[in-house]
Amino acid sequence: MATVEAERPPQFDEPASPLARLTDEQIEQLGKEFDAIHDEVFAELGDRDRRYIQSMIEMQRRLAVMGRILLWLGKYRPAQVAGTAALSLAKILENMEIGHNVMHGQWDWMNDPQIHSSSWDWDTASTPEAWKHSHNYVHHTYTNILGKDHDLGYEIMRIDPDQKWNPVYLAQPIYNIVLAAFFEWGVALHDLDLEAIRKGEKSKKQLKHELKGMWGKARSQIVKDYIAYPALSGRNWKRTLQANFASNMIRNFWSYAIIFCGHFPDQAYTFHPEEVENETRGGWYVRQLLGAANIEGSPLFHVISGNLGYQVEHHLFPDMPSSRYAEIAPKVKDICLRYGLPYNSGPFSQQLGMVQRKILRLAFPGGKPSPKPGPYTGEPAVR
Amino acid sequence: MAERGATPKVAPLRRRALKAVESLFTPLLPDDYLELINPLWSTRELRGRIEQIKPETGDAVTVTIRPGHDWDRHKPGQYLRVGVVVDGKHHWRAYSLTSDPNRADGWISITPKRYEPGVVSPYLTRNARPGEIVRLGGVEGTFVLPDPLPPTMLFISAGSGITPIMSMLRSLDHRDALDDVVLIHSARTPGEVIFRDRLQRMDARNQGFRLMERHTAEQGRITPDHLDELCPDWRERETFVCGPREMIDAFCERWAAEGLTERLHMERFQPIIGSQVEAGQGGTIRFMRSNKVVECDGSTPILVAGEGAGIEMPFGCRMGICHTCTGRLCSGQLRDLRTGEIVGTEGEMVRTCVNAPQGPVDIAL
Repeated sequence: MATVEAERPPQFDEPASPLARLTDEQIEQLGKEFDAIHDEVFAELGDRDRRYIQSMIEMQRRLAVMGRILLWLGKYRPAQVAGTAALSLAKILENMEIGHNVMHGQWDWMNDPQIHSSSWDWDTASTPEAWKHSHNYVHHTYTNILGKDHDLGYEIMRIDPDQKWNPVYLAQPIYNIVLAAFFEWGVALHDLDLEAIRKGEKSKKQLKHELKGMWGKARSQIVKDYIAYPALSGRNWKRTLQANFASNMIRNFWSYAIIFCGHFPDQAYTFHPEEVENETRGGWYVRQLLGAANIEGSPLFHVISGNLGYQVEHHLFPDMPSSRYAEIAPKVKDICLRYGLPYNSGPFSQQLGMVQRKILRLAFPGGKPSPKPGPYTGEPAVR
Repeated sequence: MAERGATPKVAPLRRRALKAVESLFTPLLPDDYLELINPLWSTRELRGRIEQIKPETGDAVTVTIRPGHDWDRHKPGQYLRVGVVVDGKHHWRAYSLTSDPNRADGWISITPKRYEPGVVSPYLTRNARPGEIVRLGGVEGTFVLPDPLPPTMLFISAGSGITPIMSMLRSLDHRDALDDVVLIHSARTPGEVIFRDRLQRMDARNQGFRLMERHTAEQGRITPDHLDELCPDWRERETFVCGPREMIDAFCERWAAEGLTERLHMERFQPIIGSQVEAGQGGTIRFMRSNKVVECDGSTPILVAGEGAGIEMPFGCRMGICHTCTGRLCSGQLRDLRTGEIVGTEGEMVRTCVNAPQGPVDIAL
């Protein structure tokens, strides 16, 4: 398996990162403006937000129960289709809008012992512990820094022309599809931080602990979907098994698509470690802004994508309740407008298309950095 | 981690049944689904439903709660930690239970008095409504009726200091044990006497119970010097005092001077952290999980020092009750800020909210 390695110096004349254009004072001022958005929302959080996440959790559980019951009854094809759909949707909501966001600590302010990042576990193969390390800490801290952000290509894909080519990448269009289908397992493996294991940075004890945790999650997930529920279905066991497998696949493809659109579309910038040396809080905000890309869509789309269509807002404020991203988006755009920064965004089909094109192109040697859209010129925000 | 309610008393069979189907619900629990039907069914934490809110005085109400599972009886005089959601956030507070532990319906009550700058008491006294769900934490407190009961008793209370004593009196009444009991209760005006009608009824019904109301707006505050006049045999009585700190201090002093300390029971609402005992030496705390080293003086709790350094420290009550803030002590010793006692052995789980380092300390947080 090839590693993500930054080659120095960059092979191409890259478009100058907007980060380089801003003065230190501007970056500091911008940092304060982003901090103010964060603080304003956190001062307001209350009943309305609690009702949102509670109703989301209730809806997800009702869907899950409905799905299981429909599948259990499902002699008829429509019941089976409806059951599979309900179960898939339950799994998608559980992973995206609930699990991912709760584990980010977005709802910790409620001080609720159940809806809390320290106690939440989700319906997927990754243990919360490993996920919180690889995602919340590594990815969200070192976002899009070549060699440091292990989510940049997930250590198995060449997603940036600055990653050194290796013949293994010729197979990337194929294992890209395999990864999409079995995304939850890919993520669980990725959380182990294979590179750290290879480099011997992880103690045996730690590795054993992580493998044990992963095995525990894997076992309970498999027992539930592929043994217990099919067994309960008696003669219909095969149909239930198929439906459960299908809903896991649907969830996997969906989360893969949303997550790959977060940082890999053409608009998103990547960074070399040197660019972000001595980074300030303001600089960190700018990097998050440049490194993420939004997906445009309806309110329903945003809910089933865990509001990761607001990837930019999520990366600026990973601990802010996701339901607030849509509300702060105009303010973020306004900052982009005033500081001449891009606000990366596009329709789902365009973003996903760009990602797939990139995966195909970069399977082969070479490749140029994608052209960037330039500063945001949209309508200024109200106020 | 956020503070949780107490583990309810659930029939072993029910627990086993829930356990047996757990694999169908992983990573959630059957509880997570049952709670959608009725939040009181949780077997993970004890909850209660507010059944009634009755105004007592202008700023105090009695909140009657139906516990979700059998009430694991409190001792009269003890307090309960209650978790209430106010504007989306859980807040935990300790309130004296004011109900008789042996109520036939198994319900319990607390009687919060509004404290304007606070969060929970203004909510409970103004906004809470019957039907709301609250979380019920641990029952604690050593201000309780002795077993066996002493032959004669004197209760001295002021303001909301009547609340733990009310539970004791109700329990004594229920057991027909109000044989020779005196209550001297102070409030600013007659209208501010919590439980006034019930106390007066108790007085009228029981030969052996004497209620003395003192209205401090007219009569001034009670001091130990008044006792010879109000209750001449006070020295022979087992005495229970609950009220403001200055009042308790004054009575404590008098009982000590007379060599009667063993006969005096008291309840201070706010545990005194740091003020009673001299500051210790302090020390360097190494937070091993967060990989931070913090200097901490001898009067600052480890929790506060950690938060000051930007570490996300778990916490709940911040007064040594709920054990939410515990971390494993890997080396060093601590000073309990409430007692001044030096505590801590290697590997012990310690509460960061009431302990300061005594010399260098390593803690797994």
